[in-house]
Amino acid sequence: MGLFDNLTDKMNHIFSKMKNRGRLSELEIKQAMREIRIALLEADVNFAVVKSFVQTVSEKALHEDILKSLSPDQQVIKIVKDELTELMGSKHTKLAVDPKPPTIYMMCGLQGAGKTTMCGKLANMLRKEGKKVMLVACDIYRPAAIKQLQIVGEKAKVTVFEKGQIAPTKIAKEALHFADKNDIDTIIIDTAGRLHIDEELMSELIDLKKLVKPAEILLVVDAMTGQDAVTVADAFNHQLDLTGVILTKLDGDTRGGAALSIKAVTGKPIKFSGTGEKMEDIEPFHPDRMATRILGMGDVLSLIEKAENAFSQEDALDLQKKIKEKSFTLNDYLKQLESIKKMGNLGSMMQMIPGLAGKMKGADAEIDENKIAKTKAIILSMTPKERKKPEILKASHRKRIAAGSGATIQEVNQLLKQFDMTKQMMNRMASGKKMPFSM
Amino acid sequence: MARFKNGLKKTKDSLGKRLFLAFSARALDDKFYSELEEALLSADVGIGATQNLIEQLKDEIYSQKIKVPADAKALLKDLLIQSIDFEFSEYDFPLVILLSGVNGVGKTTAIGKLANKFKNEGKSVVIAAADTFRAAASEQLEVWGERAGVRVVHHGEGSDPAAVVFDAISSAKAKGTEVVLIDTAGRLHNKKNLMEELKKICRVVERELPNSDFRKYLVLDATTGQNAISQAEIFSEAIELDGIVLTKLDGTAKGGVVVAIAEDAFLPVLYVGIGEKIDDLIDFDATEFISEMLD
Repeated sequence: MGLFDNLTDKMNHIFSKMKNRGRLSELEIKQAMREIRIALLEADVNFAVVKSFVQTVSEKALHEDILKSLSPDQQVIKIVKDELTELMGSKHTKLAVDPKPPTIYMMCGLQGAGKTTMCGKLANMLRKEGKKVMLVACDIYRPAAIKQLQIVGEKAKVTVFEKGQIAPTKIAKEALHFADKNDIDTIIIDTAGRLHIDEELMSELIDLKKLVKPAEILLVVDAMTGQDAVTVADAFNHQLDLTGVILTKLDGDTRGGAALSIKAVTGKPIKFSGTGEKMEDIEPFHPDRMATRILGMGDVLSLIEKAENAFSQEDALDLQKKIKEKSFTLNDYLKQLESIKKMGNLGSMMQMIPGLAGKMKGADAEIDENKIAKTKAIILSMTPKERKKPEILKASHRKRIAAGSGATIQEVNQLLKQFDMTKQMMNRMASGKKMPFSM
Repeated sequence: MARFKNGLKKTKDSLGKRLFLAFSARALDDKFYSELEEALLSADVGIGATQNLIEQLKDEIYSQKIKVPADAKALLKDLLIQSIDFEFSEYDFPLVILLSGVNGVGKTTAIGKLANKFKNEGKSVVIAAADTFRAAASEQLEVWGERAGVRVVHHGEGSDPAAVVFDAISSAKAKGTEVVLIDTAGRLHNKKNLMEELKKICRVVERELPNSDFRKYLVLDATTGQNAISQAEIFSEAIELDGIVLTKLDGTAKGGVVVAIAEDAFLPVLYVGIGEKIDDLIDFDATEFISEMLD
């Protein structure tokens, strides 16, 4: 990693030196393109894709209007982002549904990409949409893979069909029969991880495809995959004519350039991404958001959406009222903290904030979640009266609260101080003054 | 060595061809260097390490007064070998090996293969199934244990991994077992609490077997790109890694990111996984690895 982690910072740096001179030269644009190239390569976008991408962007960026514009840095970044988004497909594409049920989805990919877990997430999501879903265990090679699918199916609350370690086509045939009898309208087939160069195992998939005629064949790809992503995706696509791709393990600090490479090489859309270990951790894929992630520019939209899901409309109105009336209590403080927690892992949220993305090495962000738990324990150890009016707390009360919550007196004091500061800030907001940047 | 060659055969195809073309160029011009750069990038060496390598190569070419690309090839080979060649300090027994890594890199499989390897060398082995998180992980390990003919200590799903390790070590002490292998749950390196859990496991080992040779390895999927550097850095920060086990080198990925990791985190590769069979884990040899990549 260089001096700057974030492409926006790099661009600002390059262009800021030139700004007072009024206009940009071709040299600066070239410098900017070099930084963009490095950013993309560091994000694991395939080098050949990077090459043609930088060429396209250079041509557009060298356009006279941009050189003369007032904020060429912003313009260039916008071109880069738009081009990236365009390359990844301009919007989210939904899963196909077979007009004649059952709709069959077949999952495939390399070993360890996360197929089995993704099967569960997909099943869980479709079940919640009202589908009657069944998982079919066709990974007959990896030890305990069937068992894993059964556990995953239990978590997703769907039927799991397995026939032990017999030929996948036989299992599929019986599964279709079973689905017919049991009014199952959606079938997800888990297959064994395999190398794209393993001819024997690839032809097993081809046979399976011919038999079940799936509505979708989805390639599951680890977001951390490097340059080889194109080789793998191209081989799978060539032999199976994929309908789409699912990107897994996007909850790490990876920038996920593989997404771009795969779309560029196969032309097939990326439909979902896996972002955690829980069954709910599946999200529709948004090309524009991925573009900002690859560039290390943060993802404000996803953050806003998460916030919207976590805070209900009434809660927001309630809070507004309390801020106005200056009647914010420790109970409200607790509620706010819980909403923040509901938004999910703080570390992954940091990644979405422009300027923080890439800079946070994640590790430290999660301490705050422990802190939230501790804060909660302290507040819950107070009496309702104390929560409403913390100023009545004497030293002896604080001692009792500390003992009750397993915290130290210092921690209780710290919380009260923090609450006091939050309240002061709220009061300032109520009187229309500007809010300080950090909470 | 023949098996190493087979494992790397696919690796060789595209990178080897690319390098061959680069080195058969007529002059040491910009085009030559940019082709070389692309070749290294395509192997996941990463932009930072690639640019460093090329700078070093340019220096060598200058000081040794080399005029044609073909002569530069041996230089590049030496530079690459040097970058990943580390001295291996022999194992002492009792030996404890812990495998860590992100999800899906092949930790459990590598544990099975390592167990088999030590067993074949005449050592007694016990496996601690400390991945208590992933569904059916310990069942998977039991199958491997059976194949290798090795005892597996496990508790139920969701139990405390450190307790599993404690039991495995107690059992090893009671029976005088020479090698303890610890499988851990896959974890993304940005999850603080999971990294704390790893530290706790290490503390248990250090407390219960203070005189053992304790090695901590990161298992890395050869298909992983530049994120591997961040994995190596963060795992190292938490548990002071001793090296890397590179898996899935039987695909088309080149695993070139180990060059970048050697430079950044100073971590050697110890073993490479080249297939799905129980003896498909072999000792890493820098010269062989690079020769096969370039020749």
